[in-house]
Amino acid sequence: MSMAPQTTRQRIALGLISTLLILAAWVVWDNWGRQAPAAPATTTSPSADAAQRIERGQYLARAGNCVGCHTARGGKPMAGGRRIETPFGSVFSTNLTPEPATGLGLWSADDFWQALHLGRAKSGRLLIPAFPYNHTSVISRSDSDDLLAWLQSLPPVQQKAPTHTLVWPVGTQPALAVWRSLFFSPTPFQPDPNQTPQWNRGAYLVQGLGHCAACHSPRNELGASGAVTNLSGGLMPVVNWYAPDLTNDTETGLASTPLAEIVRLLQSGASASAQTSGPMAEVVQHGTRHMNEADLQAVAVYLQSRAQAMTRSPLPTAKAVVTARVAEQGLKVYERHCAQCHDEQGRGATTVSGDVAYPALAGNRAVLLRDPTNLVQTVLYGGYGPVTAGHPRPFGMPPFVLELDDRDIAAVLTHLRTQWGNTAGEVTPLQVNRIRAAGTP
Amino acid sequence: MKKHSALPHSVSGRKTRHCRCFGYLQRMRNLFTCKKSLSDWRGWVLSICLGATASLAWGQNSPRFQDNMAERTRACTACHGEAGRAGPDGYYPRLAGKPAGYLHNQLRNFAQGRRHYDLMTRLIDPLDDAYLGEMARYFSALELPYPRPTAANAITPERLARGQQLVTRGDATRGLPACTQCHGARLTGVQPNVPGLLGLPLDYLNAQLGAWQTGQRRAHAPDCMAEVVKRIPADDLIAVSSWLARQPLPTDTHPAARPPAGATLPAALRCGSAPELSAAGAAPQHGGQP
Repeated sequence: MSMAPQTTRQRIALGLISTLLILAAWVVWDNWGRQAPAAPATTTSPSADAAQRIERGQYLARAGNCVGCHTARGGKPMAGGRRIETPFGSVFSTNLTPEPATGLGLWSADDFWQALHLGRAKSGRLLIPAFPYNHTSVISRSDSDDLLAWLQSLPPVQQKAPTHTLVWPVGTQPALAVWRSLFFSPTPFQPDPNQTPQWNRGAYLVQGLGHCAACHSPRNELGASGAVTNLSGGLMPVVNWYAPDLTNDTETGLASTPLAEIVRLLQSGASASAQTSGPMAEVVQHGTRHMNEADLQAVAVYLQSRAQAMTRSPLPTAKAVVTARVAEQGLKVYERHCAQCHDEQGRGATTVSGDVAYPALAGNRAVLLRDPTNLVQTVLYGGYGPVTAGHPRPFGMPPFVLELDDRDIAAVLTHLRTQWGNTAGEVTPLQVNRIRAAGTP
Repeated sequence: MKKHSALPHSVSGRKTRHCRCFGYLQRMRNLFTCKKSLSDWRGWVLSICLGATASLAWGQNSPRFQDNMAERTRACTACHGEAGRAGPDGYYPRLAGKPAGYLHNQLRNFAQGRRHYDLMTRLIDPLDDAYLGEMARYFSALELPYPRPTAANAITPERLARGQQLVTRGDATRGLPACTQCHGARLTGVQPNVPGLLGLPLDYLNAQLGAWQTGQRRAHAPDCMAEVVKRIPADDLIAVSSWLARQPLPTDTHPAARPPAGATLPAALRCGSAPELSAAGAAPQHGGQP
């Protein structure tokens, strides 16, 4: 054996080096040593079953809104190449069509399962967590196999994704390995035996394919979102939308809204009391509107139970104290640009058949959110709700980004947050400016 | 001011920059704030009729909201002007009366990344192809008078003559067809896919021709317009746009029902967005794909 260290300094150095080596060894084992659990692989089935698998796979892919990231604007479905902005630079989604050189043509069901479950490519390369593999690790082996069956039924497209443009060292394999050791471990779905099968189905969809917590939980400075079960809301980086706290009835009404209305919101993009917009409108458009009634019911049951489990006393609402100048400006802008659709008393407008055309602003949870980000987005860029079977011809809001300045927007938002019984905080021109300056990604 | 109970005349004092309003309120406001409406006698008659109807309706406290396409396209008319008459600054083109297939294809071009404008893209992303088509048909069916040409850029008579020559006769040495060959003898467009070239501001024409040339603006492949514009040198483009922007509209401003008889486009200039142009004698068909 080697000589014992002579001095304290040497002893400390040796200690540090060994600790680092042990940590490094652990990081390496943690990232490359693991095996995806031996496949409880669904038995390879006769061809009669193949069509069903493909159909199920397509359904699951829609429920997970895979197409939202894995298809470029105007591009071939699932051929990747879409730019996804992150605080660390841009990543480009991968080609999932069955093309051997640039897609998944050579991938086996085990390879695909490893990617979903461990976030590792066929080659062993660690994947960038813009692909939410903490969520896909929840997905069952059987669903993984169905997803791949559908992907392999698509027309192969030869298209290599552009190289990511991430700031160094983000995106390098060592950095990813450390990041994963800190923030990622596979979380196969654990059903709660005290809950109904319906509740558990909802939990499985929300935590896995739905990857709801990817937006509805806070992200830390290193870009890691909360646990797959964390639905406490968060500000989405880069795109600048606030995904509300799904466990807080004040923000979303999930605890107190009838289940049928929750289902309707996910299915059609709008309910009697809420409308989807921004990123959630995309989720409805590409994802939830394709889900079947039973699955949407299950999701609603799970989300409602999560919201009801969180009892909290309503926060004391202190109505903003607004200067006379801001109040006057807010009223002026409201009357000129908003009242025609949203009504002088903020009651909105409904069609003859009772559908919401323009949402009421009085008592609207989205208006009263503590974080005014979504309101600012809506006034700046306007927008339509998603077209769905339930809402085939939605009404839209004009963009005001070119017409109203930061003061106008702050004043009018403050106005509608403090009128008609609304008691939410003032919106400042600085808050508006921050979002305007970030632009559209 | 309570607008629910407002009488028509009380609205006139409220001015907005773009005369933006709707239905009868809008018409009344335009009468008092937009000069061009004063010369439009049909507008007066319509306003009086609408005003009478609306006054009755007002008395019954009827809601102002109307479940129609004008209401559904407010997000469009906010920039493109009331009823799609064009924005005030030359950057938001007229929509009213353009061929429906053309408008629909432009919406698809924004949705699929062949044209680029963030505000447009964000607005139409949540909408499906059927609804975009309905919007296109709605604006296509609107009849509005065209403004007088206003182009006053400095250009020599020789260059203008060159512009006219290119528009009406093309340039065989470069394999350039005349604009009229596809855009109609009156240059008011051809149903269902080819837009008119008159009544557009010079800035807009220049911006679009420039965007075709740099590839910023594209159409469904094969992209005939890109091919044509790339064969025209920059100073000839200015000559073309300057001449076009100086032409008053003909009495009949509607798009022609079919392409002018005669030569069809050469094979090298096939149009993915208007296949009928290169198929001799073929019936008009809708180009482009969802």
